[in-house]
Amino acid sequence: MDTLKDKAAIVGIGWTEFSKNSGVSVLSLAVEACKKAIDDAGLRVKEIDGVVTHNMSDSVMPQEVATCLGLPNIGYHLEYWGGGPAGCQIITNAAMAVVTGMAHYVICFRALNGCSGRRLGGKGERPLTTGEAQFLIPYGWTSFVHAFTHLARRHMIEYGTTPQQLGMVAVTQRKHASMNERAMMRTTITIEDYFNSKMIAEPFRLLDICLETDGGCAVVVTSAERARELKHRPVYVMGAAIGGGPDPTPYGMSTFGWLRGSHTELYGKYISPQLYEMAGVTPKDINLAELYDEMSIAVPVQLEDFGFCQKGEGGPFVEEGRIEIGRELPVNTHGGFLSEGYLHGLNHVAEAVSQLRGEAGERQVKDAEIALCTSLGMQAGSALILRR
Amino acid sequence: MSEYKKPLPTPDIDTKEYWQGCRRHELLIQRCKDCGTYRFPPMPMCPECNSMNGEWAKVSGRGRVYSWFVVHYATHPDFMDEVPYAVVLVELDEQANVRIPSNMVDCKIEDIGAGMPVEVVFEDVTDEISLPKFRPVS
Repeated sequence: MDTLKDKAAIVGIGWTEFSKNSGVSVLSLAVEACKKAIDDAGLRVKEIDGVVTHNMSDSVMPQEVATCLGLPNIGYHLEYWGGGPAGCQIITNAAMAVVTGMAHYVICFRALNGCSGRRLGGKGERPLTTGEAQFLIPYGWTSFVHAFTHLARRHMIEYGTTPQQLGMVAVTQRKHASMNERAMMRTTITIEDYFNSKMIAEPFRLLDICLETDGGCAVVVTSAERARELKHRPVYVMGAAIGGGPDPTPYGMSTFGWLRGSHTELYGKYISPQLYEMAGVTPKDINLAELYDEMSIAVPVQLEDFGFCQKGEGGPFVEEGRIEIGRELPVNTHGGFLSEGYLHGLNHVAEAVSQLRGEAGERQVKDAEIALCTSLGMQAGSALILRR
Repeated sequence: MSEYKKPLPTPDIDTKEYWQGCRRHELLIQRCKDCGTYRFPPMPMCPECNSMNGEWAKVSGRGRVYSWFVVHYATHPDFMDEVPYAVVLVELDEQANVRIPSNMVDCKIEDIGAGMPVEVVFEDVTDEISLPKFRPVS
């Protein structure tokens, strides 16, 4: 079958500073990240003929970015409403656009003032009690953090996953972040620090939950042929998948629910067969994984659902240190959303590209050739397998 | 009753029968008239057989605690004085994937556990709204 395999590549990556208060507009973050990614690719800005992004009513449109960049033709453009599932999804869309001749060079960006501006479930917010939220908010189920507690709780009930194992996700990723100059949180922590961190919504402590971040991140996608003419060694899209299982969460600003479906499996179980088949690899071939980690529990569950261990063994996999750099499967080598910053997934992709180019410095995974990146929105999501 | 300060549900065209039932202290769940499958939250089509022929069926109000969380730090202003409080997800006896978010009454937080049998009670919080909550059954 004719698939996307190896036909598109990521050729440029760019970031702004990740902070709690950028002091600049979201548009400023967006165009700064885009310009840096385009420069990194060695392209001229005016060569860009595609702009894709995603938002949760907290960002800027492709048209605004195209205007500010001065593009002669915005070309292919797409704005996906959503957070979690979108990171790998918009890159997949860009890859499809360049492979089908819809565009030559597509810039994919995510920019937000997620801490100083519009916060998701931030302190003081009174979300609407319409839609599914009418069954949640009157009882005090008021944020995404609350929705994810059930994943942890059911995993604990059904598989014996422990708080210690969740804590080791935070401890390991912080160790990785300590070697990352971009990371918002670089001071290493111990498991005691984890247990001493404030209980927010049991079973989640503060250190189980992602950061809130102001920042921008962008990547440039082009066809494999064009990629070979550019500055850096291309990072090819080997496999891509978008989807999920039954009962994907209804999405809307007032919906945090997740009432009907499984609470121990995520989208990865459903999309990983297509992903690995397209890429022509198995989990054993993956050298590193940047797994969507808005909450600690998402890491062990995705280790299971993407086939790195059996169902229920994700907790022990983490606890045994197997996700550390230098061990079996380095995970979230930049520190992830728990320690680098929460850019909703594009920062995972940019880190994977750094690793596959061999540019990750102190935290470089030795001989990194193939990486998995994931984007999660509960029971719907997307993933990429990238190779150098 | 006008003193109730916490957020109230906003019933809509798909959910008004649910809240009207609660006001009468009856737990009504949508059921497909063609295949008999219950569904919650309310939606216009049966996800099992795609029939749009639904009805509101009174259920026993009995179930088991499927999952729960305990809020120690609230971001919603109306719950900041309530901490710590627990939110439970109750799986109804009628069907495994019918799960109702709620709070427990007559139950200490530390006594909440997976599989705990519970039954519905109704709290009349305003003249229009009664919230279904759950208490342990022995």
